[in-house]
Amino acid sequence: MSAEPIETTYREAVREAIRDAIQRDPRVFLMGEDVGRYGGCYAVSKGLYDEFGPERIRDTPLSESGFTGAGIGAAMGGMRPIVEIMTVNFSLLALDQIVNNAATIRHMSGGQLNVPVVIRMACGAGRQLAAQHSHSLESWYASIPGIKVVAPATLEDARGMLWTALEDPDPVLIFEHVMLYNRTGRLSPDTGPVPIEGAAVRRAGDDLTLITYGGSLYKTLEAAETLAAEGVSAEVIDLRSLRPLDDAAIMASVGKTHRAVIVDEGWRTGSLAAEVSARIMEQAFWDLDAPVGRVCSAEVPIPYPKHLEDAALPQVPAILAAAKAALGR
Amino acid sequence: MTAVYRMPSLGADMEAGTLIEWVKRPGERLAKGDVIAVVETQKGAIEVEVFHDAVMGRPLVQVGETVPVGTPMAELEIEGAPPKTGAAQTGEAAPEPRETAQAATAERPPATESRAERAASGESRHRASPAARREAERRGLALDDLKGTGPDGAIVLRDVSPAAGKAERGATAAEGPAPRRGLDLAAMREAIAAAMARSKREIPHYYLSQTVDLTPAGDWLARRNAELPPEQRVLMGVLFIKAVALTLRDFPELNGFDRGGRFEPAAGIHVGSATAVRGGGLVAPAIHDADQLSLDALMDRLRDLVARVRAGTLRSSELSDPSITVSSLGERGVDRLYGIIYPPQVAIVGFGTPRPRPWVLDDQVVPRTLVTATLSADHRHSDGHRGALFLAQVGQRLQEPETL
Repeated sequence: MSAEPIETTYREAVREAIRDAIQRDPRVFLMGEDVGRYGGCYAVSKGLYDEFGPERIRDTPLSESGFTGAGIGAAMGGMRPIVEIMTVNFSLLALDQIVNNAATIRHMSGGQLNVPVVIRMACGAGRQLAAQHSHSLESWYASIPGIKVVAPATLEDARGMLWTALEDPDPVLIFEHVMLYNRTGRLSPDTGPVPIEGAAVRRAGDDLTLITYGGSLYKTLEAAETLAAEGVSAEVIDLRSLRPLDDAAIMASVGKTHRAVIVDEGWRTGSLAAEVSARIMEQAFWDLDAPVGRVCSAEVPIPYPKHLEDAALPQVPAILAAAKAALGR
Repeated sequence: MTAVYRMPSLGADMEAGTLIEWVKRPGERLAKGDVIAVVETQKGAIEVEVFHDAVMGRPLVQVGETVPVGTPMAELEIEGAPPKTGAAQTGEAAPEPRETAQAATAERPPATESRAERAASGESRHRASPAARREAERRGLALDDLKGTGPDGAIVLRDVSPAAGKAERGATAAEGPAPRRGLDLAAMREAIAAAMARSKREIPHYYLSQTVDLTPAGDWLARRNAELPPEQRVLMGVLFIKAVALTLRDFPELNGFDRGGRFEPAAGIHVGSATAVRGGGLVAPAIHDADQLSLDALMDRLRDLVARVRAGTLRSSELSDPSITVSSLGERGVDRLYGIIYPPQVAIVGFGTPRPRPWVLDDQVVPRTLVTATLSADHRHSDGHRGALFLAQVGQRLQEPETL
């Protein structure tokens, strides 16, 4: 019997996922900067330190390379660590651990050692955190073989992806967009794990495919709603998994609609949108009735002033304009 | 070089065909114009021809298979230097079914050369989306014929197929009944409906009519036929076709095709002769180069066509090539008929029933045999003035039957 859905936030859904994992599996623990006594920079782990104590909720020194490496080592030693990196820009200090160790050890040990670590990090812009704390660098990680990269955009995915990621024998990076933490919705308390591979069609349509993920999903859905009012039936695909990409879902949709626009908060050059666009060209060229469109962030360091930050990011009017260009309107 | 033979388009309304029989086997030599296979269409079993001297290669389609227009059907080994067309550059024997179907019928250097030249100079590069290109190829449509409504006039999917943007059609109908030679009258009715609805929707017809004194032609024909056994006699309908064909030499704007709003003159005068099918239905297969045939030769062609229409065994070029249609309802007793143009043609000439009528000749009312000739023509490509001159000349030629 399913329980009554309760009003919750994305932040609470992530917290519930961590609590559930810690209760289910004695090998699971959370580590990161200020995740314990302070309750997490984005308050995701608030209350967990009091509930589970310093063994399971571990505050670390300000050394991303150090504690990410410790997490990788713990995973190799049989634990199931959840490493929280405050924001993606700080993960650059742990890049060597992630790219050179986590992603390669299974391969280089001939399969003797695997790294079942989960690394969560906040990403994205929109909270006026300025150029050094507003990055969307997930496409960098999505280009690295040996790791999986997911971007939960819904409450269900935020609640359900963590456990599946911990079950995975390889490193999984979870990108949580900062603008999603306060999103509210109704979530059934018995919501279970969800797959971390495969895209989801968030809105079905026939005329145009809008492909997005993470923090851009709701802007894209809003654009699709506006298009519907104008008689355009847009399909919205939430990639969910950025590595591997669900080519089949993308091509199935483009094969139906013949037009695609990718909405990606990353910078255009070398972006995930670029990769998706290239794959559509490779696999669905003869289905295309218009050039693939992209809506990405302006290629500037993300500005601090609110109006400039808004202007730099993909917004609904830009999505509508790209959609109409694809439709030849 | 190896090329492929593709399912030809036998008219704007044909989407697919069913292979009934391979007439040639792998390794057999084919001369240009030879029948390679028999294909079942809405217009019956059609003998389809090749457009190059070649050796038959590996078949790519099974007997009984229904495939869209443009689908590769067999490999061909083309001998000698590849022909200088856009087709050859891509190693295709028939990249645009319409083009090659035309090329099949004869020496028509003007059309093919101009196309080749354009291909060489790159001018024939159309702005068309990949999906539109694929759909056009599947339907056997040339991009030349399509008007683009996309950005900067690009041809997009909706320009090729209004329905294609919504759902993909199944490419084959494998579960259908076993193929057979003959006519599917229901399918033919659908095809006629589609073509005529398109014509009435898109073509601004104008109509002219002219009464012609047929007495001289009737007398001349009666004398000519008197000594001949019935199978060698020439019918009045043949004189109509010949008079129209000869007159068209002076009226090229009525002899050709509408290609996306532009007029493309036909390279020869290929008169489609409207022929009723028993049980309902209508086909207007071409008598090629009708202006160059003697009346006897024309009569032979007409007899042969009628017999093959009834048997359902026409050839591909006969269906795809007519550059104008002549329809004669002479045996049905109507006074006149106003035809509906068969796209992409731009004109149709009609003849009613010749009858004795009062007629003023040299200020005397005398009984004469009269017929009403009509012209329905596409106002985008010709005007009533020229149409009237055309009809008048047809009438004039029928006054001098010995010149036909």
